[in-house]
Amino acid sequence: MKSNSVILSGKGVTKVFGFGAHKTVAVDHVDFSFRQGEVISIVGESGSGKTTLAKMLLGLISTSEGEIHFEGQLRDIRSHKQKKEYWKNIQAIFQDPFSSYNIFRKIDAVLLDCIKMRGGGKFPYEQKLALMREACSFVNLKFDELTNKYPFELSGGQQQRLMIARVFLLKPKILLADEPTSMIDACSRATILDMLMALRSEIGMTPIFITHDIGLAYYVSDTVYIMERGKFVESGSADEVILRPKEAYTRRLLNDVPKLHEEWDLSTV
Amino acid sequence: MAKVVLEVNELTTRYITRFRESIYAVDHVSLKVESGKSLGIAGESGCGKSTLALSLMGYYFAPLHYTSGEIIVDERNITGLDPDEVRKTILGTEISYIPQAAMNALNPTRRVINFIEDVIQAHRPGITRTEVYAMAKERFELLGLPAEVLHKYPVELSGGMKQRTVIATSVILSPKVLIADEPSSALDVTSQKMVIKMVMDLMDKGIIKSLVFITHELPLLYNVTDDIMVMYAGQVIEKGSAQEMVFDPIHPYTKALMGSIIVPEAGLRNVKLAAIPGTPPNLKNPPSGCRFAERCKYVMPECRVASVELQKASEGRAYRCLIPEEDLRKAYKHEK
Amino acid sequence: MKHMFRQIFQSGRFLVGFAIFSAIVLTVVIYPLFINDPPLEILSRGTFLAPGIYVNVYDSVNFSTRYTLLLDEAVARRVGARLNPDDRATMLEWLTGNGIPEAEIDTADTAALLELWHNNFDSSVRLPGMTNADRNYYIRLTTSLEGLLATEGAIVAAQDTATGGLTETDVINQTDYVNIGEVPNFRVLPLGTDNFGRDVLTELVSAAGVSLTIGLVAGTVATTIGLLLGLVSGYMGGLIDDVILFITNLFTVIPGFVLLILISFSIGQEQRGAFTIAVVIGLTSWVWTARAVRAQVISLRNRDHVNLSKLSGHSIAYILAMDILPYIASYVVMALILQISSGILAEAGLSILGLGPRTTEVPTLGLMMNWAMIYQAHILGKWWAYFPVILVIALISFSMNLMNTGLDQVFNPTLRG
Ligand SMILES: Nc1ncnc2c1ncn2[C@@H]1O[C@H](COP(=O)(O)OP(=O)(O)OP(=O)(O)O)[C@@H](O)[C@H]1O
Ligand SMILES: Nc1ncnc2c1ncn2[C@@H]1O[C@H](COP(=O)(O)OP(=O)(O)OP(=O)(O)O)[C@@H](O)[C@H]1O
Ligand SMILES: [Mg+2]
Ligand SMILES: [Mg+2]
Repeated sequence: MKSNSVILSGKGVTKVFGFGAHKTVAVDHVDFSFRQGEVISIVGESGSGKTTLAKMLLGLISTSEGEIHFEGQLRDIRSHKQKKEYWKNIQAIFQDPFSSYNIFRKIDAVLLDCIKMRGGGKFPYEQKLALMREACSFVNLKFDELTNKYPFELSGGQQQRLMIARVFLLKPKILLADEPTSMIDACSRATILDMLMALRSEIGMTPIFITHDIGLAYYVSDTVYIMERGKFVESGSADEVILRPKEAYTRRLLNDVPKLHEEWDLSTV
Repeated sequence: MAKVVLEVNELTTRYITRFRESIYAVDHVSLKVESGKSLGIAGESGCGKSTLALSLMGYYFAPLHYTSGEIIVDERNITGLDPDEVRKTILGTEISYIPQAAMNALNPTRRVINFIEDVIQAHRPGITRTEVYAMAKERFELLGLPAEVLHKYPVELSGGMKQRTVIATSVILSPKVLIADEPSSALDVTSQKMVIKMVMDLMDKGIIKSLVFITHELPLLYNVTDDIMVMYAGQVIEKGSAQEMVFDPIHPYTKALMGSIIVPEAGLRNVKLAAIPGTPPNLKNPPSGCRFAERCKYVMPECRVASVELQKASEGRAYRCLIPEEDLRKAYKHEK
Repeated sequence: MKHMFRQIFQSGRFLVGFAIFSAIVLTVVIYPLFINDPPLEILSRGTFLAPGIYVNVYDSVNFSTRYTLLLDEAVARRVGARLNPDDRATMLEWLTGNGIPEAEIDTADTAALLELWHNNFDSSVRLPGMTNADRNYYIRLTTSLEGLLATEGAIVAAQDTATGGLTETDVINQTDYVNIGEVPNFRVLPLGTDNFGRDVLTELVSAAGVSLTIGLVAGTVATTIGLLLGLVSGYMGGLIDDVILFITNLFTVIPGFVLLILISFSIGQEQRGAFTIAVVIGLTSWVWTARAVRAQVISLRNRDHVNLSKLSGHSIAYILAMDILPYIASYVVMALILQISSGILAEAGLSILGLGPRTTEVPTLGLMMNWAMIYQAHILGKWWAYFPVILVIALISFSMNLMNTGLDQVFNPTLRG
């Protein structure tokens, strides 16, 4: 699956909120290059700037400084048309499934949007239906039970699965998953991760996990970036970073996670 | 055998909805927590963990209603007390409860010390503010929280600090049992560890005698509590010591839960996780047989006939399955 | 959605407000179906006819069958109506003033009193401090007492066109009655007539309708402008937001009502139709809707569902309409209700100042108040000319505010943040 071409890279990417006394540098000159097909994780504590970086990568907010390159070319998404084109390539799953959906729109509408975005707006309804069925069965949801329902009528785990069905229909090259499992219980987490990984091999996308759960980062990713207060402090292959961390910050993070086979040392807080 | 601080026998409670439907969210649950011990409660979202926590206090208000069973705290039977009585004589002094997301529910216009005043004055009317302050300061310092926190507003505190303040406040009267419902789930690892450290301190320093800890994070539970009880659809599906529960689960559901644990430890990268297909049954009309039958790999026709009782395994161990212990273990070994 | 409606109608306050409001609207709609007189038609000569049933005298005498009813109290009532206790007291005053000892006068004995009066009253005698008006009153009183205790009937006579002589054609006995149902012409004026002699009730119903329309138009204009500006400025941010915020602030600094007065004044009475006034009211009162909507939109625009909608390639207009508007819809409905009720009040305020719509086409609640005030109904004690109007204004705004707080109870817990 690994290929060497860089799909998304950034140089000196910075985001500053506010100015003067209220200035916050949420993301501070980060450099990165994500390779096609790799599973990437960005790990950091609360407030370290993960979501801000994700939104810049998605083009939902502008960068204050720095350049982002997509498939080797400087990303230019100033017009709505360019943005729309870009969003065919990059999609997201957000942290809180309950606030990710418009509560006034039904599940079918959410999925139909995706078909339309992939140029299937004029498909006969039968074909759209077949596509939606396929997407739902991919994430183990029964489409026929979902029609005419609203997303908030589903459990958190089901909503997150519907989100994956959405990505299945959109077939983007990159998927940014911002804490996709932090709001759902540990029991459904395995299912969600399984599906995301299955989706990755199905449509050959590059997933970027954004998480504070270092265990999850270790479990899923090839490459891990550790983020502290807007900066990447350490990066490398998962085994390297998690099993042989160089930075004190990474070691502390690892040390603070409860584990099964190693003593959880509570004296070091 | 140490003294039992909290004992619950066959407790059943239900929600009565606006449409007059009964939801039995706690269904014949029994548990025992000895002095100096802690009990962890795990289970999927909606299995009734929070409801059990509420029910344990004997403090019922609509839509939650007591149905049957008994609760004994420190040899005192508190079943059937009216809510006022419970509030006056149980909450805060016998049992303290930290609700899920409590730290986000604090009144933002009041200082920490005001919350503490409320708690103390409810039990000791007439106590002066200086006395309250002295008490709070001593307790906070004992728990490693700076006394300045007492004068702050909730918004001025970080998430971890807020949660620790909530805990310190709720144990200000040294209750015998502390029930903590997901106290650290919304926090990042470092704050979580500080919160846990504090809860452990409470036990070590003898401020509380027993702890009931609720979370769906199994590695956390494994590290914090002595015993673990797994709930499924309002029932206890398996209980035992933390060690046994994690490394030697009996029930297929527990087995799957333990198989879905993710920790950053060598050799656990990209291993196949045990995913449980399907969703838990609707508690409005649960299936007549085993509640896990729908999702169980080892389901047999008998499973769907009559409700399955808890089977005693070794000392302190019980599981709710028709298949004998050894057969299940054999099946698990075979799968590997 | 269904659930929300059910909840709305479970709120007691909303229900009470809704009931009052629908009663008003229903009256406005149904009343003209039964009584379709033009509201500004002048019915009466003379102003401020008191509420009551007006029976045509000519028809009662000439065309109706008369019935004899022997009612015990009839005479006493008749006497009482023509000679009430006040009259008796003034008579006593005149008589004592002219030297008749008070002990000799028994005001309760009508016959004795009348006799004393006939024997003594002289319109040319003036008591000290008696005004001309008082004198006229005594003369009128004397005339009206003529034949008070008579027992024979009233005579109806026909005039001979040639000779001019009168011939008795009919006698109306004191025990004669007509059935009001058989009298072809009578008019119920439940609220009397106003200073111009128009039926107050008909006018009031029509005025309530016009005022509600003014409120609706003003509220719609204000809410639309406020909503659009709030949506755009809140969602777009940046320069557009700054410009819109500047305009909004400008309008905030100048009080809306003062602006309204100035604009109405400059339009001139002849150009001011009810619709113009409504639009002007709308144009000056959108400010706080815009502010409130903007604040709501700002809190919504960074929500994940909006981000997701963007990622689905939706245009700004689509996002505003589908992802933002529904979330603030309940809020906008509440704002609209308040705007309608304040539009009605603004019209009333303007009209009382004499800056309301032109007076020749339709009545409005404000105009009715204005007329009542100019013709001093409140000083003359003609309560029916102004009190019902105040009551209707109060009921409209009370019911709308009730509905609003009722909605607040329903919406707020679910739609905060
Ligand atoms: N719109 C904004 N305006 C001002 N400051 C912001 C804004 N968004 C984020 N920040 C600030 O930027 C910093 C990074 O925030 P961000 O949400 O990216 O963190 P995060 O790593 O995603 O944290 P979490 O784990 O809590 O989601 C924080 O200090 C936050 O207060
Ligand atoms: N107020 C209520 N009225 C009716 N049913 C309720 C109410 N609160 C909870 N329930 C139901 O009771 C069951 C148990 O809920 P509970 O909150 O105890 O679950 P939980 O295990 O704490 O879940 P979580 O991990 O999400 O906190 C659920 O099925 C829920 O739908
Ligand atoms: Mg974030
Ligand atoms: Mg809970």
